[in-house]
This record gives sequence, C-alpha cells and structure tokens, in this order.
Amino acid sequence: MTPRYAPGDAVRVRGKDKYGHVRTPDYIKGKSGTVAALFGEYRNPEELAYGGDGFPKRPLYKVSFSQAELWNDYEGSASDALYIDIYEHWLQDEGEDA
Amino acid sequence: MSGGHHHPHENLPSGSEDSYYAHRIRAMEELLIEKDVFTSEEVRRQISYTESRSPENGARMVARAWVDPKYKSLLLSDTKAAALEIGVDASGPVEFITVENTPEVHNIIVCTLCSCYPRAILGRPPDWYKSADYRSRTVREPRAVMREFGYEPPEGVSVAVHDSSADMRYMVLPLRPSGTSGMSEAELATLVTRDSLVGVSVPLSPARAG
Repeated sequence: MTPRYAPGDAVRVRGKDKYGHVRTPDYIKGKSGTVAALFGEYRNPEELAYGGDGFPKRPLYKVSFSQAELWNDYEGSASDALYIDIYEHWLQDEGEDA
Repeated sequence: MSGGHHHPHENLPSGSEDSYYAHRIRAMEELLIEKDVFTSEEVRRQISYTESRSPENGARMVARAWVDPKYKSLLLSDTKAAALEIGVDASGPVEFITVENTPEVHNIIVCTLCSCYPRAILGRPPDWYKSADYRSRTVREPRAVMREFGYEPPEGVSVAVHDSSADMRYMVLPLRPSGTSGMSEAELATLVTRDSLVGVSVPLSPARAG
C-alpha cells in the first residue's frame, strides 16, 4: 500500500465503532491531529488477533495531538502534546465527512 | 481422575503461587501444552529470557549515550542496534524507539490499551504501569501523575505523552543531571532509575544516589 499521508498532514481519527480487537483507543476517536512520522507498514493487528495473517500490511503513523484540545480543563502548557501510533485505516483527511 | 494421576501443574514452569490468576494461568498453560501449541520447555525459556532483562540495561544505554555522542545518535536512530552494542539481543517482531528529553520537552510513556513496554530490554513492567489508574490518567493528566512520583517539570518545559498503541515500544533518554561532569559511565548508570526510563520521573542527582 502506498502511504496516503506524510508528516505534517492534518488528519482526523475515525470515530467508527468496530467490534472486537482494535488498537485505536476510544479517547482519541474523532480527534484532529497532525502526522508526526510514518513508521512503515505493519501487519494489521485487527486481523492477527483472530488468527488471520494480517495482510495486507497497513501503513502505521505517529500522530500528534494538542493536549489542550483533547481534554476539557487540561492542566499544563499549551504546547503539551500527546503522540499515539495509528494505522492508516483509522485515519481520514481533516475536513473529510466521517 | 485415576489414583495414579499426578498433578502436572506442579511441574509447570509458571510456578506454584496460590492465587486465583495463578491457578487460571496454570490451567491455560496446561491445556496449551497438552494441545501442542507450545512445550513447557518453551515456556521455561521465555520466562528465563524475560527475567534476564532488567532496567539496568536501559540505565547502561542511557549512561553510554551521555558520554558518547556517536552511541547517542545510534540509540535515537536504532534502539535495537544500540541494545546489541551493550550485549542485549532485543531482536523480535516489535520495534523500539527512544525519545529524548531536552531542556524544552519532557517525555512520558504509557500504554492505555494494555501494558506495552520495552520488555526485551527492560524486563517486566512495574505493576503500577499496568494499573488502570496509570493507564487512564497519564494521557489525561500527565503532570499530576508525575507529581505523585515526586517530579515536576521546570517552568516552561512541555510534556509529551507517548501512548504505545501499536508495534512500537518506547523508552526515554533522560537529561544528564547537573553536577555529574566528573563521573564515569558506570557511576552515571547508577543514577538512571526505571522510573526515569518510563518518564514518570528523572534520574537521581549525584547527592541523592550517594
């Protein structure tokens, strides 16, 4: 798979509900962030968890978020950040309809 | 059960602890061995592998990075290779990433989904790292969590939380404490605590290590 995003791209984590094993925690679903790095391609854990082979591999990104935007009443500096690793099928373009 | 039945779990490598979860683990282990998913020898080998890893490995890597700029860039660009240089084979399917504290940014590691941790280098995570409390609060209020570990970042320092949700395992390269210019690499390693490798705190200062 050709990676769809590059560092600096504005993205939104998909808000979908998916039954079973996923690696996208609830607190980050639907949130807007910025691609910080592309790690490469990795087997899909949502397939591996059920005995599948995990192919096709999925691009995996490090995505950064502003803590002040993630949480109400966040205690800390405006430049505090949260980084989380997200597979591409959980990302969409910022501004794209869910 | 016939009279000649021996309790096979008494010989299982996972031990004889008498708690609910220990019983459950041994029951599963026994079944998986019976079904040839793995052998008890493989379990024994995995346990001894994990127990041969400890935070001291991370401490040695950090201390070397403090005194050797070339090693530091290797640690930051290829943590597995840097581990191998101090004799720790961390090869395996997961990747390792070392994030560097700077005078501007303090890093802290968490795994909100479970307890992902750089086990092949640092061994088993501490119990608090796996607690629901640490996992849920570190993303939301990292500064309050650090205060409970006795650390407060200096004024003007940003906090970066890393939630290891996928194939990467994270470790922190803390800042070298002040007042350590005369210390050897081995002495420096004694200042690097497990907590400072996770980022809930910073290394000891030389006076406190005493």
